[in-house]
Amino acid sequence: MCPAPVTAVGRSVPRREGADKVTGRARYTDDITVQGAWSGRTIRSTIARGAIRSITLDPAFDWSRVVVVTADDIPGDNVVQLIREDQPVLAPRGGEIKHKEEPILLLAASDRATLEEAATHVRIEYELANPVFEIGSATEVFSTVEITKGDVASVERTADLVVEREFRVGLQEQLYIEPQGAIALPEADGAFRVVGSLQCPYYVHRALKRALKLTDQQAIVVQAETGGGFGGKEEYPSIVAVHAALLARKAGRPVRLIYDRHEDLAATTKRHPGVIRHRTGVKKDGTLVFQDIEIVLDGGAYCTLTPVVLSRAAIHAAGAYSCPNVRIRARAVATNTPPNGAFRGFGAPQSLFAAELMVEHVAEQLGGGVSSVDLRRKWMLRLGDTTATGQVLTESVGSELVLDAALKAATTFQPSNIPTVRRGRGLSLVFHGSGFTGSGEKKLSGTIAMEALADGTFRILTASTEIGQGTKTIFCQLAADALGVPLERVTIAPQDTSLVPDSGPTVASRTAMIVGRLVQEAAAEIKQRLQRERPPLRVDKSYIQPDSIHWDEATYRGDAYPVYAWACTIADVDVDTTTGEVRVTDLVTAVDCGKALHPVMAEGQIEGGCLQAVGWATIEEIKMKDGGYQNDRLATYLIPTALDAPRIRTVLIENPYSRGPFGAKGIGELPMDGPAPAVIAAIHDATGVWLDEVPATPEKVLAALNGAQRREAAQS
Amino acid sequence: MHDVTYLRPTDLKDAVQLYRTTPGCRPLAGGTDLIVMLHARTLRPPPRAVLDVWSLLELKGVRRTQGMLEIGAAESYTGIIRSRDAQEHVPALVAAARTIGAAQIQNRGTLGGNLANASPAGDTLPVLLAYDAVVVTDRRSIPIDQFFTGYRKTALQADELIVAVRMPLGRRVVFRKVGTRAAQAISKVVTAVSRSPARVAIGSVAEVPLRARRAEAALERGDMEGAIAAVADDIRPIDDVRSTAAYRRTVTQNVLRELLSVKPAL
Repeated sequence: MCPAPVTAVGRSVPRREGADKVTGRARYTDDITVQGAWSGRTIRSTIARGAIRSITLDPAFDWSRVVVVTADDIPGDNVVQLIREDQPVLAPRGGEIKHKEEPILLLAASDRATLEEAATHVRIEYELANPVFEIGSATEVFSTVEITKGDVASVERTADLVVEREFRVGLQEQLYIEPQGAIALPEADGAFRVVGSLQCPYYVHRALKRALKLTDQQAIVVQAETGGGFGGKEEYPSIVAVHAALLARKAGRPVRLIYDRHEDLAATTKRHPGVIRHRTGVKKDGTLVFQDIEIVLDGGAYCTLTPVVLSRAAIHAAGAYSCPNVRIRARAVATNTPPNGAFRGFGAPQSLFAAELMVEHVAEQLGGGVSSVDLRRKWMLRLGDTTATGQVLTESVGSELVLDAALKAATTFQPSNIPTVRRGRGLSLVFHGSGFTGSGEKKLSGTIAMEALADGTFRILTASTEIGQGTKTIFCQLAADALGVPLERVTIAPQDTSLVPDSGPTVASRTAMIVGRLVQEAAAEIKQRLQRERPPLRVDKSYIQPDSIHWDEATYRGDAYPVYAWACTIADVDVDTTTGEVRVTDLVTAVDCGKALHPVMAEGQIEGGCLQAVGWATIEEIKMKDGGYQNDRLATYLIPTALDAPRIRTVLIENPYSRGPFGAKGIGELPMDGPAPAVIAAIHDATGVWLDEVPATPEKVLAALNGAQRREAAQS
Repeated sequence: MHDVTYLRPTDLKDAVQLYRTTPGCRPLAGGTDLIVMLHARTLRPPPRAVLDVWSLLELKGVRRTQGMLEIGAAESYTGIIRSRDAQEHVPALVAAARTIGAAQIQNRGTLGGNLANASPAGDTLPVLLAYDAVVVTDRRSIPIDQFFTGYRKTALQADELIVAVRMPLGRRVVFRKVGTRAAQAISKVVTAVSRSPARVAIGSVAEVPLRARRAEAALERGDMEGAIAAVADDIRPIDDVRSTAAYRRTVTQNVLRELLSVKPAL
């Protein structure tokens, strides 16, 4: 048999679920009607720290029409199953409240009016305690990471110039278009089926088993069509699902628990804010001598995924550069604010923001005509170089390719001709580890299955979810080409834990690269077996870590990621000196993605990520008040509109990775890393002021401009 | 939501009658503010009835009358934006209408609603102040500078309906809204300026949309720098979720400087 030509991969075929989405046929969680289902809602704490003294249900209200669930109604462990055992499903009576909006009580009723009315008849009294809101005053530490390469202390004095800066990054909301929601349905044999908006069916599965004391078979999790996740639907849906199931269990009927935007903004996880301090030593000629980095992230009140976020932040903290002596000390602390969690980039945007601006500061202080681009060229990791964790980069290192491509694609810079508007340009160079950190993939050993069916079609079984990024389409493309069959003959099974094996969570830029590779391998095996066997056939494929990958969790040494994707971003901004408003007008980003499995979706993924990063860099601000978010409505939490979006041009560079499917690397998170430092550098280029923090709101920009003006006036 | 009686009058006369005789009644035009407040339960006391004036023909349209431009209280922003008369005679109002919400909101939002809601951030309100608009009700005409009496309070009597807004022809007004993002933003500072007569009207910088009288006096004397300095004393900005008092103060002065150097189109 001659090898089948590659026909689907690399082609921008129609999305699998695209037509349903644009015609309105797609059923998101709240679109699903369930006969006899009641509506649920969550009663939350109004204080940031204290203890529940009493919960009173007003006897004047007729409670017979309402189902009430408290911590006492949890049949299993009162724990949200994740890394630590610290977060309760519902705060118990007498138990500690650690943040505002903490779930205490659940209500369900047949109609919304009764539900709303009931909510006004619940009284919770608290014993107040002193909350901790600031990173600086936090004493509880969730986790620490230390990475050491060479010996910073012994070379410190050999540097001709040492630059020190402190950077701050703010909270960010994922703002998926569909708020959190789940519907729980009691089924025979004590089982519960939960249908919801989620990224990780098996996370929810484990959480249900733990809290409701269910067997593997009794917990059934089905992903409904999901309107975006960005990490926001990685761990939080476990809480929504368990709450819905507890209500359904007590009500003995289906219960839908759908958040409105206000509740979603007020209560669910955000990107970790933090403070990052850099000390960088260089020789007169710009040679990098050492990097000494300290990272503190605010985890909020409960651990969630914070240690893993911190780990990724630390590993990316030295930037895409090769430095002989590196010391990275990172810690995540607890405050009495709503827990922070997974968000596209997962710690890397925070630490790379600081690393990239550090290049700018060093270049500025070195002077002598050395530009920050010159420094990047001098410092950048190349093939054979060693990262901060001691990983030797053996293939697919796209640093120089993306830098050259972005510089080439950038248009000639045109200064502003409006007197009150100053224009500037900034650049960043970043890398992002694809897949889980260290031994994560090995421990998880994600599994997919593929079936050859009697009717000549093929079916992929995976728990990896479609959350707008294209999983369903690219998996079918990969399988079709590996099988050598037309795309139409490949289907994908629903993301239902009673049907599909656990291919791991849909996170960490791992789906295309790690799970996609399993799909490709399973398809190849099916194809081979079909030469001598007849369908139906099934092949299960689990991830096996290549022997060449070594990682030591204890010392943080070794191959932190299987491979890295690379990006160079050039941002042009207009700074309005009347208002301090920053408009990102043009953005060029060159991305080494290994292989663009579906160029249109890859570009879409990159453009979306860049815009999300531009929002984080400029206008997405959350102000805190008494431990709660003040910007808890879309009228006050601003994200860029179409009119605010820059023109974004993406250059895809295919620099294949040998173990990726058809050479592909993960790029889901990478576009979140580069734009923020490029924008801040562009603001400096335009105005001469450094902000060193995001978001660079008009308030901060204007204050910085006025400060600079005053200093100039004082000097003259 | 709780039970609210929905009243749909057949004409203005009927509306006036119903409004006078129905206790706890709120007028409903496009609903872009009222429905949000009903949903969020922020109206105290909650209304017992709503009077839907959206379809009343007497409250629609943009027309020239008695040397003034008259805009019906229930005319939508989209109607104003598309009106040739509005474009010709009150371009600053058209500019303000274009900055409000998204297309859907512009299709439903009305001048009457913006006035009755009396938010200090109402985008058309400084423009109306700069034009010396007159608020025509079912019983009288109220000069715009006497209309806003306190935070979300107006000179309207409990049973008084806004029918139309009138503006003089030929006045040159310039406008700028500062709302951080390019669309769908609520103002941090919104300013409208007329050079002759001197009018400096600003929103989101006090409990009411206000006229900056000190700045106007300086402007009347031709003292532009004086006006820019004085405007800081005219406003009473606060720190809130949207911005800070310091930012609003600086931006008010900066925007005034910018608007005073702009030649208004008309």
